Amino acid sequence: MARVFIHPPNSLILHDLVERFGHEPLSLPKEISKRVRDPEIDSPPMNVTPQDAKRGLKYAAVEVPSGVRGRLALIGPLIEKADAAIVVTGIEDFSFGCLGCDRTNEFVTYLVRRQGIPVLELEYPKSEEEAKAFVREIRDFLESL
Amino acid sequence: MAVQIAQLSCGTEYSGVQPEIERAAERVGAEIVLPEVDIDIVEEACEEVGYTPKSANLKVLLARAYALANGYAEADAAIILTCFRCAEGALVRSEARRYLQENTDLPVVTYSFTEDLDASELLTRMEALVTIVERKGLLARKRQEGLTLGIDSGSTTTKAVVMEDDEVIGTGWVRTTKVVESAEKAVERALEEAGYELDDIEAIGVTGYGRYTLGRHFDADLVQEELTVNSKGTVYLGDKQEGGATVIDVGGMDNKAITVWDGIPDNFTMGGVCAGASGRFLEVAADRIGVDLDKFGKLALEGDPEAVRLDSYCIVFGIQDLVTALAEGADPEDAAAAACRSVAEQIYEQQLQEIDIREPVFFVGGTSLVDGMVKALEDVIGVEVVVPEYPQYIGAVGAALLASNYV
Repeated sequence: MARVFIHPPNSLILHDLVERFGHEPLSLPKEISKRVRDPEIDSPPMNVTPQDAKRGLKYAAVEVPSGVRGRLALIGPLIEKADAAIVVTGIEDFSFGCLGCDRTNEFVTYLVRRQGIPVLELEYPKSEEEAKAFVREIRDFLESL
Repeated sequence: MAVQIAQLSCGTEYSGVQPEIERAAERVGAEIVLPEVDIDIVEEACEEVGYTPKSANLKVLLARAYALANGYAEADAAIILTCFRCAEGALVRSEARRYLQENTDLPVVTYSFTEDLDASELLTRMEALVTIVERKGLLARKRQEGLTLGIDSGSTTTKAVVMEDDEVIGTGWVRTTKVVESAEKAVERALEEAGYELDDIEAIGVTGYGRYTLGRHFDADLVQEELTVNSKGTVYLGDKQEGGATVIDVGGMDNKAITVWDGIPDNFTMGGVCAGASGRFLEVAADRIGVDLDKFGKLALEGDPEAVRLDSYCIVFGIQDLVTALAEGADPEDAAAAACRSVAEQIYEQQLQEIDIREPVFFVGGTSLVDGMVKALEDVIGVEVVVPEYPQYIGAVGAALLASNYV
């Protein structure tokens, strides 16, 4: 079983596919859920604290908006512990939950590429045929791990 | 031929700062060059670096870095500039630096500018780049020889050191008021301690803010910016002239973080826009608590930095927080510890993010004498911090050491 980072990190489709093929998806909702359930932290709704934004300094300089650094503080460690990654591109027109800031998306993709792990990069499918091919490619990639 | 500094930037043309950049380069004998890139390599460059910014100008910035790394363009050094507070610019700037350092042996500096470009800071960076390119032989010196004098005209204090046969034999330290008079007093004290006259001195090196004025006044053999001089002085006194090290230099009004390899700086970043991460902040805090700086440092060791909350790093608002905390009954020990932690955190957040820390980490400058600051810095960066001998004289020692080249 491999730990597979998914991008967008809150994609339910990718999360489900990775799990179905017997691997562990490294996704943002899991990280957030840990924090929501932590009784020690109380900054609802996501419980990201100013300390998280400071921890994000590991990835981006202080002049990068704190929201981006806060996101990176959550996502960066997931990338670091990943054995493989699936990155879906071409989704600029879609809003993926809390990941509103496109700078984070850019940087996350970059960090994944730098990590030196097997990465499957795919275009977001626009038709049924493309969607089938999309799932096939993901299946082949996950089976090869 | 002038040292060619490749400019990799976004926004300089529209911010109106381009002429300032060119003027600063010209003043230190360098020439700004824009590496030519073919449009075809822009996407290739983004793919190779792994970063695809939305901004077309930042794509060109990466393409220029790629051109330098792959021999499509040539330069002796590189400066990477983006607008202050541009998130994409800051991310790309940092990664372009990393890419160049991994793929070339060019010295690289980065800078984020506003429309009011701080030309003196830019000048210091450019001067350091030129020194690294042109004067490697000078920086290779490992022993002080003859009888030399080093003067460091800092923003807050002026330091002088007399060295003879690889040893410091006299020191002088005075508050900087009038640059020349302060330097004369510091030199007088150092010479008195050393038992020599100015005429006996074989070579003089000057550094710091007032270096050009003092260079003319003393007819100095070496006039050098503080980045290279201080890093050389530090590794010399810290006995780490070979291999890697990091120098954190926190002075009266500004601070620097420098990575060094074999005594030669290869990356650095400077603060200076804000006095919150400097000795001045500590002085104001000590004054408010009513103790001298030495006592303040010891108090800080006994306090809990978490017990007092300083929401702002600003020298004005930070002190305001401190005053409020004291009025609410906070212990002076905790307030002192919080002030030291605040300076350390700002150095960590503003400076150390821009360089990859190499151990050992040396801490120099006047603030390294404040015990609480050393502890705060260790707590914040999580590694042991070494304070070498004569940490407040580091610039003067570096200048006296390098001046030996002219003996």
